[in-house]
Amino acid sequence: METKQILDTIQMISEEKLDIRTITMGISLFDCIDSDGEKARQKIYDKLTTSAKDLVRVADQIESEYGIPIVNKRISVTPISMIAAACHDDNYVAYAQTMEKAAEVLGVDLIGGFSALVQKGYQSGDHKLIESLPEALSETKRVCGSVNVGSTCAGINMDAVKQMGQVVKELSEIDPVSCMSLVVFANAVEDNPFMAGAFHGVGEADKVINVGISGPGVVKRALEQVKGQPIDTVSETIKKTAFKVTRMGQFVGNVAAKALNVPFGIVDLSLAPTPSQGDSVAEILEEIGLQSVGAPGTTAALALLNDAVKKGGVMACEHVGGLSGAFIPVSEDSGMIKAVEHGNLNLEKLEAMTAVCSVGLDMVAVRGDTPAETISGMIADEAAIGVINNKTTAVRVIPAKGKKVGEQIDFGGIFGSAPVMPVNTNSPAKFVSRGGRIPAPIHSFKN
Amino acid sequence: MKAVITVIGHDQIGIVAKVSQRLATLKVNITDISQTLMHGDFTMMLMGEWDTDDVKFDVVKQGLLDLAKETGLSINIQRQELFDAIQKL
Repeated sequence: METKQILDTIQMISEEKLDIRTITMGISLFDCIDSDGEKARQKIYDKLTTSAKDLVRVADQIESEYGIPIVNKRISVTPISMIAAACHDDNYVAYAQTMEKAAEVLGVDLIGGFSALVQKGYQSGDHKLIESLPEALSETKRVCGSVNVGSTCAGINMDAVKQMGQVVKELSEIDPVSCMSLVVFANAVEDNPFMAGAFHGVGEADKVINVGISGPGVVKRALEQVKGQPIDTVSETIKKTAFKVTRMGQFVGNVAAKALNVPFGIVDLSLAPTPSQGDSVAEILEEIGLQSVGAPGTTAALALLNDAVKKGGVMACEHVGGLSGAFIPVSEDSGMIKAVEHGNLNLEKLEAMTAVCSVGLDMVAVRGDTPAETISGMIADEAAIGVINNKTTAVRVIPAKGKKVGEQIDFGGIFGSAPVMPVNTNSPAKFVSRGGRIPAPIHSFKN
Repeated sequence: MKAVITVIGHDQIGIVAKVSQRLATLKVNITDISQTLMHGDFTMMLMGEWDTDDVKFDVVKQGLLDLAKETGLSINIQRQELFDAIQKL
């Protein structure tokens, strides 16, 4: 092997912060269903602690032997609304506590799947799960919840949109920081390894290993070498870099799957930023030529980046899945935070950006007194972008209790801190309170 | 097992000797070696091979980390398959 290639790889890891963001083990809980809630939870605890008992050890071993940081070890489970529906419990908080206990014992960072899929309507378990969300997420540290409120095939469930605005608001009043554990989706995917939206889909195998990669710093460094060159060169450079990053994800996933004797699922080709300097998607866009993210041209630059990442990554691995694209969470990206603080990026531009990348309005802080209907309106807008464009979109919004526009809310560690952003104060209350369902979009006459 | 060992630090007398001596003690065979100056730092790369039935990866890694502490050099060891996966089609 050439010296240059070895140095190149080492530099990607040590200086450009290339890492595996997460190894996520998906575990089906269908064989834990029981009409007695206590028994079901015992079965869930036993299955989780048996299936994933080696997950952290294997990930740590890979990190040590290959020198690749593996930032998080996570678990996703079958949406609890389906598993708990057979029992007669009034609420499902105890299921979240069981997930928390298992995650704590296993030493995993996060566990996702306290979820419900209601894009077309509610079953009995969905009602109870959604009502349990504020208590369940505020009383646990590691549990993540998600609700899918729309899909391209089903349209948008506006009753769910309305309710989720209220749930987000209710959760924020107990503990605003817990809102980072709750995502409202349209077109949710079943093999997503990233939190807070990961759940183990019903069409998945009993157990599976999915890998989420990171690497904005590597892309930025590569683009620094092609300053001033045509956009075609930018695209090619991103593709080549994404290829290498994805190869690492594929490799680590294979090694982990083999060591754990679990099938390898997918690599999620996402550029996932962290708040550290040099690990920012916003800085990539600025390297492409924008004075600040949020400037006119941002949507185009992001579309180029997102597409090139996918093109480069698809060839590098056997199976691509999850959310795959560039993430633009505000709090987790130092460049995004800076742009918001300087007034260069507003919510409306952010919304436009979500139309061309994964995933949506992510880790966005708004004033604590933002009405529930306004949050529902934001959810409806994002869901519409996803449903019409046949892509996943999501809202992870944090009403920061007691904070004014411009003040910060801190989430800690890789989740960063977000400045409170102004929201349009005109009310969508009458629209939201209509309820019902926005019909599925037409799949022809695409203009 | 095959692993790539990288040694980076200020040039000093006996770096190669110290590293190869330690690897010999750890029963690691050096199959390839190269060195260069990168941004003014001495940079050496070695390909090491050993029998893991005899010496575990963690033992070799710890032995090299101890040497890094003694000498003030930055020493990394990574299994070789990673480099192939990232750099080769």
